[in-house]
Amino acid sequence: MINDITLGQFFPVNSPIHKLDPRVKILSSLIYIVAVFFANGFSGYLFVAVFTYGVILMSKVPPKLYIKGLKPLVFIVVFTSAINLFMTEGQIAQIGSVPLKLGFLKITNEGIVMAVKMTARLIFLVAGTSVLTFTTSPIVLTDGIESLLSPFRKIGVPAHELAMMMSIAIRFIPTLLEETDKIMKAQASRGADFENGSIIKRIKALVPILVPLFISSFRRADELALAMECRCYRGGKGRTRLKSLKICHIDYAACAVMLMFVLGIAAINIFVGV
Amino acid sequence: MIKTENLTFGFENDTEENLILKGIDLEVKNGEFLCILGHNGSGKSTLAKHFNAIYLPSGGRVLVDGIDTKCEEKIWDIRQNTAMVFQNPDNQIVATIVEEDVAFAAENLGVAPDEIRKRVDYALEAVGMTKFKNHAPHLLSGGQKQRIAIAGVIAMKPKTIVFDEPTAMLDPIGRREVMKTIKRLNSEFNMTIVLITHNMDEAAMSDRIIVINDGRIELCGKPREVFSDVEKMKTLGLDTPQVTYLAYLLQKEGINIKSDILEIDECVEEILRICQ
Repeated sequence: MINDITLGQFFPVNSPIHKLDPRVKILSSLIYIVAVFFANGFSGYLFVAVFTYGVILMSKVPPKLYIKGLKPLVFIVVFTSAINLFMTEGQIAQIGSVPLKLGFLKITNEGIVMAVKMTARLIFLVAGTSVLTFTTSPIVLTDGIESLLSPFRKIGVPAHELAMMMSIAIRFIPTLLEETDKIMKAQASRGADFENGSIIKRIKALVPILVPLFISSFRRADELALAMECRCYRGGKGRTRLKSLKICHIDYAACAVMLMFVLGIAAINIFVGV
Repeated sequence: MIKTENLTFGFENDTEENLILKGIDLEVKNGEFLCILGHNGSGKSTLAKHFNAIYLPSGGRVLVDGIDTKCEEKIWDIRQNTAMVFQNPDNQIVATIVEEDVAFAAENLGVAPDEIRKRVDYALEAVGMTKFKNHAPHLLSGGQKQRIAIAGVIAMKPKTIVFDEPTAMLDPIGRREVMKTIKRLNSEFNMTIVLITHNMDEAAMSDRIIVINDGRIELCGKPREVFSDVEKMKTLGLDTPQVTYLAYLLQKEGINIKSDILEIDECVEEILRICQ
């Protein structure tokens, strides 16, 4: 059913990660991404893996969902590891005494290591950033982005406007889905066929859905703008919020954990290095 | 208080004859429940949009609490003073959570967070939607959504609310909910109400009706007075409440029944009286 789609990936349960301030979560995700690229050697990767797994467990989102989130990645993982596997220069790997070489294709020891590392990195990146999207509702995320971007307003970044556009877009997803459903049914009742025929034919059948959908969205936008104006909307200047974001104890704790994570990676890089 | 003085309005290329509003003199008193009737294209929505400076008069003037709507510095005061609720609730709701939507107008006005909280609670209470404050608006019924839209403007603390066909897209239950809310805002919260509608039963609930035709005020008076002139209403392309129409038909048949009946009970009593 077209109406059953949830907004974003948000998975509403009550966990310490869900309670964190969105700004802390966004910044932590950024730090995490950078840190993963700095992690070196297998002990470094093991450390990241343990940390990521720990955070995933703390988020109380079923790990199955994270694995599902990794699925679209399969192609990229296969592609990058293949490139790394075959293109890295170095000593040619051997199974027993048979060298792994066929024409211009060769597999090197270094290539195998690189391929495994790249795969691990990609998996960490997706799993780690999924924590953010699974535990933060799109609206809260938007608030966080607005708040983080607001210092850049001075150099002309329209932080409030961007956030407002995003939240209105999110707000209208269910409305527009409902509308699409209605238009599809109206067209189908007049003999439109969306399910059969070649791909080109099916794409063409979408035109009579998209045109009315666009027209009605413009009309909606017009009415919404009028309603917003009637409710004294005049941009972000001088605007207050019902619920402003607040940094609490748990956020400081999260910052401390992130600091430890970064220091941990640095320490492993310096002292272990394997 | 809203006052219009010889208000005319037309778009740029309109000539004298096809102006949308052709000289409207109207006074909406504080605490009044005024209903504007008129068939499609009569200019009633256009008139209403002058009350909060969405449109500015081409000629004449509009005063909201003594402030001319042409005064640009005061435009936000005027809009805060005279709120507007439209037909389609879906196109008025901005946020994904009910209470955040209700807070929207107060946030725009730069009200302090504690005060916003108070206003949101007050507004939700006024429309009877407190239970739903953490719901997602798209999961509510049409009538509930429209009440949220009403709460959204109440949070501005306006003196007047202009309703532009607020029940046109709703089912009968939603209509009843919304009309009950409007009536309550008028009687309990002492708000001035301007209601534009096509539904004559809703119009009958008001204190005063004005009928607009071709950009002019054609009729003005208490619902009883306006509706009792069934023939005039017909020539203007408007209905009357069913009971009023019944009385009119009976009268035409030569039965001595009073013509200004508005309510069903009243009609029953009157018919019983005649039968005796």
